Amino acid sequence: MTSKLDDALRFHQTALNLRAHRQQLLAGNIANADTPNFKARDIDFSSALQGALSAHSGNFGLMVTSARHLGSSAESLAGPRVLYRTPHQPSLDGNTVDMDVERTQFADNAIHYEANLTFISGQIKTMLAAIQG
Amino acid sequence: MSLFSVFDIAGSAMAAQSQRLNVVASNLSNADSATSSTGQPYRARQVVFSTTQVTPQGASGVRVAGVIDDPSPMKQVYEPKHPLANDQGYVTMPNVNVVEEMVNMISASRSYQNSVDMMNTAKTLLMKTLTIGQ
Repeated sequence: MTSKLDDALRFHQTALNLRAHRQQLLAGNIANADTPNFKARDIDFSSALQGALSAHSGNFGLMVTSARHLGSSAESLAGPRVLYRTPHQPSLDGNTVDMDVERTQFADNAIHYEANLTFISGQIKTMLAAIQG
Repeated sequence: MSLFSVFDIAGSAMAAQSQRLNVVASNLSNADSATSSTGQPYRARQVVFSTTQVTPQGASGVRVAGVIDDPSPMKQVYEPKHPLANDQGYVTMPNVNVVEEMVNMISASRSYQNSVDMMNTAKTLLMKTLTIGQ
């Protein structure tokens, strides 16, 4: 029974965790807007979500038949893969933070996080209604 | 909970930017200090930012790696009646570039505002997270 509740909420829980992680990365980018040689970083949300979900369902990608085989999706185990942003207008001090991009992504991510919270609350309300009749 | 580390990141950025603002204030107010307690004219100072690791997952904050003396040459002003003038009548004045310092000041204050904004967003998100299921 508990695992069924877990399964029902897993998708949104994973998404929320990833959103929080991304928010933190974007905050780091904005904080380092004036640091020389800092490279802006971000995650590819959709592939990170897929990786995290497949890790939850116990599917770690390729079948491993020998101890010397490498797993196919190491990212699902070690958290989302962090990528470097390609700068549109790189600056001379080696910093690749574009404040416009970072601020829009930060706001976008915050809205998605709130949307996720709304979904999860709605789901809990639905389940409560089903339980209480 | 990774949203809490947004506070650490934004806080580190605010601390670094306010130190930068402090240095700008010191430079601007000493723009005309031809001498000091060491007997030498004031030298402009600059902060050097560097990235610091906040969480093991790779989120990064800022810290001030050091405050360096500006290596640019000192200004020479021809003022023979000045008590500190040398044999040729030149006084060595601080190498503070007022225009650059003003730009630095605006940049620091904008970055500070950005950090405050980030903190407010993270706070809103956390407060909403606390109301899940209510």
